[in-house]
Amino acid sequence: MAGIPHDHYEPKPGFQTWLHKRLPIVSIAYDTLMLPTPKNLNWMWIWGIVLTFCLVMQIVTGIVLAMHYTPHVDMAFKSVEHIMRDVNGGYMLRYLHANGASLFFFAVYLHIFRGLYYGSYKAPREVTWIIGMVIFLLMMATGFMGYVLPWGQMSFWGATVITGLFGAIPGVGDSIQTLLLGGPAVDNATLNRFFSLHYLLPFVILGLVVVHIWAFHTTGNNNPTGIEVRRGSKEEAEKDTLPFWPYFVIKDLFALAVILLIFFAVVGFMPNYLGHPDNYIEANPLATPAHIVPEWYFLPFYAILRAFTADVWVVQLVQFVTFGIVDAKFFGVLAMFAAIAVMAMAPWLDTSSIRSARYRPKLKAWFVLLVIDFVVLMWVGSQPANELNAWISLIASAYWFAYFLVILPLMGVFEKASPMPATIEEDFKSHYAEPAE
Amino acid sequence: MFRKIAISAVSALALTTTIAFAAGEATHTEDVAFSFEGIFGSYDQMQLQRGLQVYTEVCSACHGLKFVPMRTLADEGGPNLPEDQVRAYATQFTITDKDTGEDRDGLPTDNFPANTSLGAPDLSLMAKARAGFSGPYGLGINQLVKGMGGAEHLYSTLVGYTGEEKTEFGETFYENISFPGGWIKMPPPLSEDQVAYEDGHPATVENMAEDVSAFLMWAAEPHLNARKQAGFKAVILLTLLASFLYLTNKRLWSRVKGPKTH
Repeated sequence: MAGIPHDHYEPKPGFQTWLHKRLPIVSIAYDTLMLPTPKNLNWMWIWGIVLTFCLVMQIVTGIVLAMHYTPHVDMAFKSVEHIMRDVNGGYMLRYLHANGASLFFFAVYLHIFRGLYYGSYKAPREVTWIIGMVIFLLMMATGFMGYVLPWGQMSFWGATVITGLFGAIPGVGDSIQTLLLGGPAVDNATLNRFFSLHYLLPFVILGLVVVHIWAFHTTGNNNPTGIEVRRGSKEEAEKDTLPFWPYFVIKDLFALAVILLIFFAVVGFMPNYLGHPDNYIEANPLATPAHIVPEWYFLPFYAILRAFTADVWVVQLVQFVTFGIVDAKFFGVLAMFAAIAVMAMAPWLDTSSIRSARYRPKLKAWFVLLVIDFVVLMWVGSQPANELNAWISLIASAYWFAYFLVILPLMGVFEKASPMPATIEEDFKSHYAEPAE
Repeated sequence: MFRKIAISAVSALALTTTIAFAAGEATHTEDVAFSFEGIFGSYDQMQLQRGLQVYTEVCSACHGLKFVPMRTLADEGGPNLPEDQVRAYATQFTITDKDTGEDRDGLPTDNFPANTSLGAPDLSLMAKARAGFSGPYGLGINQLVKGMGGAEHLYSTLVGYTGEEKTEFGETFYENISFPGGWIKMPPPLSEDQVAYEDGHPATVENMAEDVSAFLMWAAEPHLNARKQAGFKAVILLTLLASFLYLTNKRLWSRVKGPKTH
């Protein structure tokens, strides 16, 4: 790996050299495992391993579930019940898979907010960040399509509402919606293509995860100080870093065990806690549920989607300027995708030369507000639409955009940084005493 | 700093996610202390058998259980009926054979029949298809000790009739304090001593409602006992694993860092 100087794999004469000349696989594994890692990483740097675990668990449980599942409107719901009742351990597989999606999103949100707080998105890690955002989008698509597969009421009506969003695109919207659904409405063709894509996309994610890891192994990890590891010599680098194995592997595994402890308690004792009761009613195109609520992990973006109604002046202005091409519905769709797009653009919107918010007192306060804002959006997304909630979601959505489009660019100009350590080693030594040997 | 934010974000997140599910119509749900609640809760075999009796003699007149195979009545962790009793039980239903298209007596391998004659909903998953508890403060965590609440919802509906009725567009509705909207089409199904329990259990409306609700919870979630046992084992093993990893991690890092000074 380029970047931080460290020891490399030296094949011994004989088989090792023979193999190395033909396929340097041991060398790649060695460099990956022995990657010099900033020694001051805190507990917010554990979500990567949790996410990797989630991806593997979802793929493994998903493949087995697919062996017993039937993607047909007349049989899907029944086949899920077959899994829950007749397949050996099937109920456990399904509950692991369904709750696994929640753990996946829980971890990815903390992972993303970690990146936002410590400036992990900034140069030279923009590519890592962008790939991460693409993974996040694919996760949302995969999660959404997976939720449709059990063919319950929320599956059906969620699919109807979300695919309807694409119908809001002017001109080509109807064609896109028809393409997504495979027909004029959510039906067997929809279920079949969602099943196919739900099986495919995790492997695309897997590929991107490899690239994501490759990218940050090239630049090196960020760390809580945001100060780069010194790369002048191997000795210098070793003062700032420790090899990934064993220090961070063991630390990450410990964190993973604690997270899984909570996860298995949820799966074992309250597996339907995060689900919606209506999804235990078979899909019925003739009966609309009283409240169509997305899964919790979509709620913040769902709130942004709903925030921009036709009576908001910005929406009216845009509608006027675009001669009605961008109406309220399309505006909402644009806003929802823009909410993720502005986050993806953070590397270029943030003008500060300092990475970590630890040394940016003003940004720190704005960031806390952003986290609160995210939670407020999540809450309001779950609430029925009324006048007060419309205001709350509008203000919260506005702040989300303001953080990325106004605060991040301006803070770099107006903010005075607090004193920073010169090196990671200095930061580490200021926190911990010398080891007692 | 981040830790504080993370902790508050996590707790707030837990708070908001469940409000979504609590947002249904406010109905009265009575809390019944079912045996299958809580981490160590499991089904009461005798209660499930009594519930089966109530279901068979009362509910099945209008409702079906189309997803539940009758053979599972013999399952451990369920009503646990002897196999010959299950075989005898199945024969009371007439099933149209899938392969021959002819009517024959039911077999344990058949599912309970569906029953849509009066438009009554299938009960296979009813105990999971209705929102139950959401406390405290809409957090929903009390599911951990009180169960999902679906069985309580069924119980509350069965005992929630006020005796009032009204006729609208030629249909009779019965007032029920636990049913969303307050009026239900189903006439009060249970009356004192409607079934004669073999074990001498008094057949009050409350007892029958409780028993059949427990039975329907089993019908909806037949592997609850096994699931909780598996969950418990997983939690124990992961606690051990986490403890060992904690100690390993501590020892490993003691080489490079001393106690926290700042």
